[in-house]
Amino acid sequence: MDTLQGRVWKYGANINTDVIIPGRYCHITEPTELAKYCMADLDSTFVEKISRGDIIVAGGNFGCGSSREVAPLSIKASGIGAVVAPSFARIFYRNSINIGFPIFESAPAFEEIDEGDEVEITPSTGIIKDLTKGTEYQAAAFPEFLQAIIARGGLRGYAEEVLARRKATAFTP
Amino acid sequence: MGMTISEKILAAHAGKERVEPGEIVMVDVDVNLANELSAALAIDEFLKIKGADRIVRPEQAIFVPDHFTPAKDISTAKLVQRVRQFALDQRARWFEVGRAGIEHCVLPQHGIVGPGQVIIGGDSHTTTYGALGAFSTGVGSTDVAVAWAIGQTWLRVPPTVKVTYHGTLRPWVKGKDLILYTIGQMTVDGATYMAMEFHGETLRELPMAGRFTMANMSIEAGAKNGIFHVDDVTREYLASVGHTAYTEYWSDPDAEYVAEVDIDAGAIEPQIALPSLPENSRPVSEVGDISIDQVVIGTCTNGWIEDMREAAQVLQGHRVSSHVRCIIVPGSQEVQREMVREGLMQIFMDAECIVSTSTCGPCIGGHMGVLGEHERCVSTTNRNFVGRMGARSAEIFLANPAVAAASAIAGHIAGPEEIVSRDLVPV
Repeated sequence: MDTLQGRVWKYGANINTDVIIPGRYCHITEPTELAKYCMADLDSTFVEKISRGDIIVAGGNFGCGSSREVAPLSIKASGIGAVVAPSFARIFYRNSINIGFPIFESAPAFEEIDEGDEVEITPSTGIIKDLTKGTEYQAAAFPEFLQAIIARGGLRGYAEEVLARRKATAFTP
Repeated sequence: MGMTISEKILAAHAGKERVEPGEIVMVDVDVNLANELSAALAIDEFLKIKGADRIVRPEQAIFVPDHFTPAKDISTAKLVQRVRQFALDQRARWFEVGRAGIEHCVLPQHGIVGPGQVIIGGDSHTTTYGALGAFSTGVGSTDVAVAWAIGQTWLRVPPTVKVTYHGTLRPWVKGKDLILYTIGQMTVDGATYMAMEFHGETLRELPMAGRFTMANMSIEAGAKNGIFHVDDVTREYLASVGHTAYTEYWSDPDAEYVAEVDIDAGAIEPQIALPSLPENSRPVSEVGDISIDQVVIGTCTNGWIEDMREAAQVLQGHRVSSHVRCIIVPGSQEVQREMVREGLMQIFMDAECIVSTSTCGPCIGGHMGVLGEHERCVSTTNRNFVGRMGARSAEIFLANPAVAAASAIAGHIAGPEEIVSRDLVPV
């Protein structure tokens, strides 16, 4: 995955999936349509002000609440390049990995990076650089299994390999 | 070192002797649930998986349309049509509205879920079935799709926090109060990535309804799953729904816990969680005079027949305040049928409540009771996030069914004792 670079938009702790994409939009499955309502109940100016590649830096327990996969989908479709937070709610965490959306865990990055800073992230190493301040942070490493899913661009690639393997070893008379 | 019940269930489903917290395992899935929202996205994903054309174990794939059903508009109707067609084509289990209700009440009542299973569902409150001694957790749509395709899912083995309740519950204190109090103590991310394992003599007296409520809301402390051990209450319930073949797992005495929380349950009063996080819980008696516009009693968290009886006990012989909408949402058709049988329907109608069909509608601001600007609602649902039930400026207060019923009558937040003691005052 290439280096990510963008301007930071900063939010607090416990940003839940209801404010990321409210229930009234949860029947939408088309990413470009979902992108229009991203962060609708948190920051109504979000969609207008962000540029492609921008980065969200938020407090702990990001994405808590419902299992709706449209939450990371809408953020991804809005053009946001990555989310950095001290911790992620577990379903948001797995959904992001499963759909190939980059997330990074770092508490110091949240504490020190300010809104408007220019940040560069190297996904392969988890190094987060605040280019405005000249500081650097190391995100928590992903377990090996998840690195493999991330490298395949999401869980679908993993499933396809399992199916191919099963087909190859299936008994044929 | 021994293992916890969650570790044992995961090990058994991963084909391993033992598993350790933090380890990622591929486990066989016994039940794979989706509602119309999570299913729609899952179908899109499933159709993209090369080599997957059929759900590998269609009898374990459960579809319950409940979030925006009966369809609230044309776009949700189209969504449900697409999901129904897929479920029927795949010969999976489709629960049409008249035979169903809200997924988390439907699955136990149909004997689909039980002890020792690994259950995943495209809904965060899939944690509910931990009340039956299952490892049960919410996942996203891609997870659901992949489990349809390969019959397995990946799980990081959670460390377990042991929560023990001591003492005898006061009047009107139920499972909802225990879990709201617990989330208040542990905070909304206190159990993130963890299993919450519930123990203690208090819980032996707790009916299945209260246990379902607690497991349902374990996710509100961030937990991956909430789990109870099987006892006679569980076994009796399972027998009543025809779930007879199952394995009971038990945490070893020397199992390792990442934390232990002890709660003096006898000291807990009926709770209410103030806006806008479930951790803002406190005794109802301490919140003061807060007027309200709407009350919702029911849904997946408190939509069981026991919950309906508690609400009816408070509402009987009273009328809801003239400026409050009181919406009763039974958890399932089965619960609603029982309400009719027991005469609860009459009590609710006489009290001038309205009784809705079973749906997630009001809880997610979908339909059947969406809040307007600056409205306040006392709700037995599970989340009081900003905008959850409608307008961003609306405020949600979480409580048990008796507190919600008392508040509907009073027109402001009130405990059941306020209403009951009023009954004793001669008019």
